[in-house]
Amino acid sequence: MSLVARHLEANGIPTLIIGSAIDVVQHCGVPRYLHSDFPLGNPCGKPYDKDMQRGIIGQGIDMFRTATKPNTSERTPYEWGENNWRDDYSRVDDNNREELSLRGEKRRMQQQAEKAAGVSRSSMIADG
Amino acid sequence: MTEVYDVSYIERTRDYYRAQGYEKDYVWAHNTNTPFAPLSKPLNECNAGVIVTAMPDTGEGRTNRRVYPTLSSPIPKSMYTSELSWHQSVTHTEDIGSFLPLEQLNGLVGEGVVGGIARRFYSVPTEYSQGNTIDKDAPDILNHCHEDEIDIAILVPL
Repeated sequence: MSLVARHLEANGIPTLIIGSAIDVVQHCGVPRYLHSDFPLGNPCGKPYDKDMQRGIIGQGIDMFRTATKPNTSERTPYEWGENNWRDDYSRVDDNNREELSLRGEKRRMQQQAEKAAGVSRSSMIADG
Repeated sequence: MTEVYDVSYIERTRDYYRAQGYEKDYVWAHNTNTPFAPLSKPLNECNAGVIVTAMPDTGEGRTNRRVYPTLSSPIPKSMYTSELSWHQSVTHTEDIGSFLPLEQLNGLVGEGVVGGIARRFYSVPTEYSQGNTIDKDAPDILNHCHEDEIDIAILVPL
């Protein structure tokens, strides 16, 4: 998504990314980024919390007016609540190491089959 | 209690791939220069476009990952998100407003903050291949932005 933002911006369309993977976005470099420090999935606010969603979109829209240079980042003032999700995402430990190894083998077989069938698109594999 | 810190998704993804037996680490896009386009007109005259990584919740959207334009009104009740790498064990995507900000943007249009919302929003697939994004999807999205006379774009990766 960061690459799309860069392409639009290079062609004269101001962009804003609202996201939750700050390292990925900043590693790529984007013009304007609003960071929601939430688990991946709800960067525009917690589900059904309309006031929070309104606050986040309002802050983001304002960045079109206030940002004067690329790589401008802000954080929303909102917290998710409990923080266990930070350790939990794509965790690898002794409880799932074997399962992940088997899953990888299965996926590689699937990828080979897709390649043989001419499929040229493949998604990222990390999951929650 | 868990410490508050920024999760490094680059590290987590690397370790997750390695655990699945992938020998080559994914190389994330990295740039030293970033383009910047200032606003060309006041916000309250701007037509806002929305781009999201969720696919349309249709037969084709569920099976064929590509760029899709979808009408912004009426706001869809759901989007297809199952194949994306969001944190499925701790949250959900049943409230579309948590990742597709059309309702909130409508509110800002009503308040006179933003000029309007583009007639269509766009789905763009997350891709392992940066070449697919750079050579195919990003130019497709730009063409759609021109067709819909978009002045500013809000992009939401799940």
